[in-house]
Amino acid sequence: MRAAEAFRMALEALRVNRLRSTLTMLGVIIGVSAVVVLVAVGTGAKNAVESEISGLGSNIILVVPGRLGVGALPTQSRLDLADVAYVRRVVGDPGKVTVSVNSGETVRVGRTEAFVTVVGTDENLPNIFDRPLRRGRYLSETDVDTRRRVAVLGSEVAVKLFGDVDPIGRQMTVSGARFRVVGVYEAVGATFGVARDQEIHVPVTTAQRLLGVTRINGIAVGASGPDQIEPLQQRVVDALAERYPGERFSAVTQTQLLGTIGTVLGMLTGVLAAIAGISLLVGGVGVSNIMLVSVRERTREIGLRKALGARQRDVLAQFLIEAVLLTTIGGVTGILLGVGGALLIAALSPVPAAVTWWSVALAFGVSVAVGVFFGVAPARRAGRLDPVVALRAE
Amino acid sequence: MTTAAFEAVGLARSYQLEGVSVDALRGVDLRIEPGEFVAIIGPSGSGKSTLMHLLGCLDRPTAGTLRVNGTDVSTLSDTELAELRNRAVGFVFQSFHLLARTAAVDNVALPLIYRGVPRAERRERARRALESVGLRHRLDHRPSQMSGGEQQRVAIARALVGDPQVVLADEPTGNLDTRNGAEVMAILDRLNAERGVAIVLVTHEPEVAARARRQIQVRDGLIEFDSGTAGGPAEPGGSRTGPAAGEGAGRTGSAEAV
Ligand SMILES: Nc1ncnc2c1ncn2[C@@H]1O[C@H](COP(=O)(O)OP(=O)(O)O)[C@@H](O)[C@H]1O
Ligand SMILES: [Mg+2]
Repeated sequence: MRAAEAFRMALEALRVNRLRSTLTMLGVIIGVSAVVVLVAVGTGAKNAVESEISGLGSNIILVVPGRLGVGALPTQSRLDLADVAYVRRVVGDPGKVTVSVNSGETVRVGRTEAFVTVVGTDENLPNIFDRPLRRGRYLSETDVDTRRRVAVLGSEVAVKLFGDVDPIGRQMTVSGARFRVVGVYEAVGATFGVARDQEIHVPVTTAQRLLGVTRINGIAVGASGPDQIEPLQQRVVDALAERYPGERFSAVTQTQLLGTIGTVLGMLTGVLAAIAGISLLVGGVGVSNIMLVSVRERTREIGLRKALGARQRDVLAQFLIEAVLLTTIGGVTGILLGVGGALLIAALSPVPAAVTWWSVALAFGVSVAVGVFFGVAPARRAGRLDPVVALRAE
Repeated sequence: MTTAAFEAVGLARSYQLEGVSVDALRGVDLRIEPGEFVAIIGPSGSGKSTLMHLLGCLDRPTAGTLRVNGTDVSTLSDTELAELRNRAVGFVFQSFHLLARTAAVDNVALPLIYRGVPRAERRERARRALESVGLRHRLDHRPSQMSGGEQQRVAIARALVGDPQVVLADEPTGNLDTRNGAEVMAILDRLNAERGVAIVLVTHEPEVAARARRQIQVRDGLIEFDSGTAGGPAEPGGSRTGPAAGEGAGRTGSAEAV
């Protein structure tokens, strides 16, 4: 029997049992479209985070006390401004070192109130991070030195507190203390779920007094070029370890962050795809089941075909191709639905779904493989039927 | 001596049923020449169908030898047996065995698929086969749209389409009324007479059996009676269509009287 003939026969059999074929394919369709959509969402999330990290600025090293890693507990900080000065000396370029101390606080303008992240920092922040201004000015060295109560607002905070009014020069209270607005940032979006447009930046010295602390949360260092990142990172960590023997300090670069986040999100995507893959497998079991039913129902047909000269491999091919066609048609439908779904999600929701060619290729390959894998047993059973017994079947 | 269509020596087939051995055939010696028209009769359960299955290479004997067109079937693989069935034998069953949702012409073309015949040629040959059984107006009908007699004629067309040397028909009139039965018999008669196709037919009905040139009676898995090949055990000269056509003309005439 020719291959084209076997295909025509299988298609005909599927067409005759249209409803059953469709229902059987449904399992595969759902599995495949789930794989495509979930991988698209996972990949989209990863791309988004990566562009966020890159959007922070370039060649940034973040220094924090304790151990940094997925699942590590935050460590009580013992770094203070003296340590920042020390790091400045180690780095040698004071303008490329900045600091942060953070706290969630309520800010108020008249009766309008907002909960924001107050970030105490200094005049070097724009040297290291990409944080363009929309209006006004950045914090200055004098602001920090004289503990001025001035603030630069994230774009959302500005809108929430002042609406259409230009906030520059206006007053607001932060935890009861009066501050004057000197600048407003451009919108930059979120990084690691940190809504940077909902921050207000104040001088680090002012923040420490407001919060009643001397600690700082972290130090950020800007390297002069990509090849300087690693040596500088090592120098800073070593210097801090020397100053505080027996304690750990971590420095992490954007590249390392990208790597870590990439790995985590990649794993997450993998897990999601695997779960979807299981449903694809369940779809395959459904195909196997239906093919067994089909072989049983068509026992007489099989007997007849054998009597008319069908060889074992002809019958096997007919049923195997039927199974593979079921999963392949289901797979292609699932891919179309999945790609459509991902595009729809990307268009209508904030989730940045990105369809990847490999997930489509994988989904297609797996659906063909599922058809072969789950079709073989029923097809072999059909091929091996004794024609005399098969012809007698009810 | 010509090569026999079938030559069985000590042919036996037993079935194992829950440890009990059932001897369906217990040593049958039989020689059927090309172009013969043989009726096999016998009570139910005597082994007629078993014998037909063995002759048609659907099954293998448990003992004895069977030669089909001179080839010992025990030397053939399952695949070779399938190819032999496809080329040498046409089956007609009591219950027609047509594919229900398939048009007559495609039902008839089925054996040619397994011979690798291209689609257009298949349909053309199937059309001619259907014409030869008087069903040129039923090409695209499905079995459910046809009478029993028509369905059996489709089945005969299917048995013929591959130009086999022999048609094996197991109670082909068993599910038909007298008139349709007679029509089917007339077609088998004509096939045998005009084309020289050997016909081996199982039947319960004496008047059907009487139309064959040779009668074989089976009982308890053995041949009880064999009227023998007309004109001796082996016709010399190998001209099988000549005498068969002459005989067939007379029988076709008598068929119309039934
Ligand atoms: N597949 C089988 N398994 C077991 N016994 C069988 C099988 N086929 C036939 N037989 C037995 O073999 C004997 C002959 O059957 P069969 O050839 O069908 O008889 P007939 O066609 O003459 O009525 C019967 O006793 C029947 O029960
Ligand atoms: Mg029988």
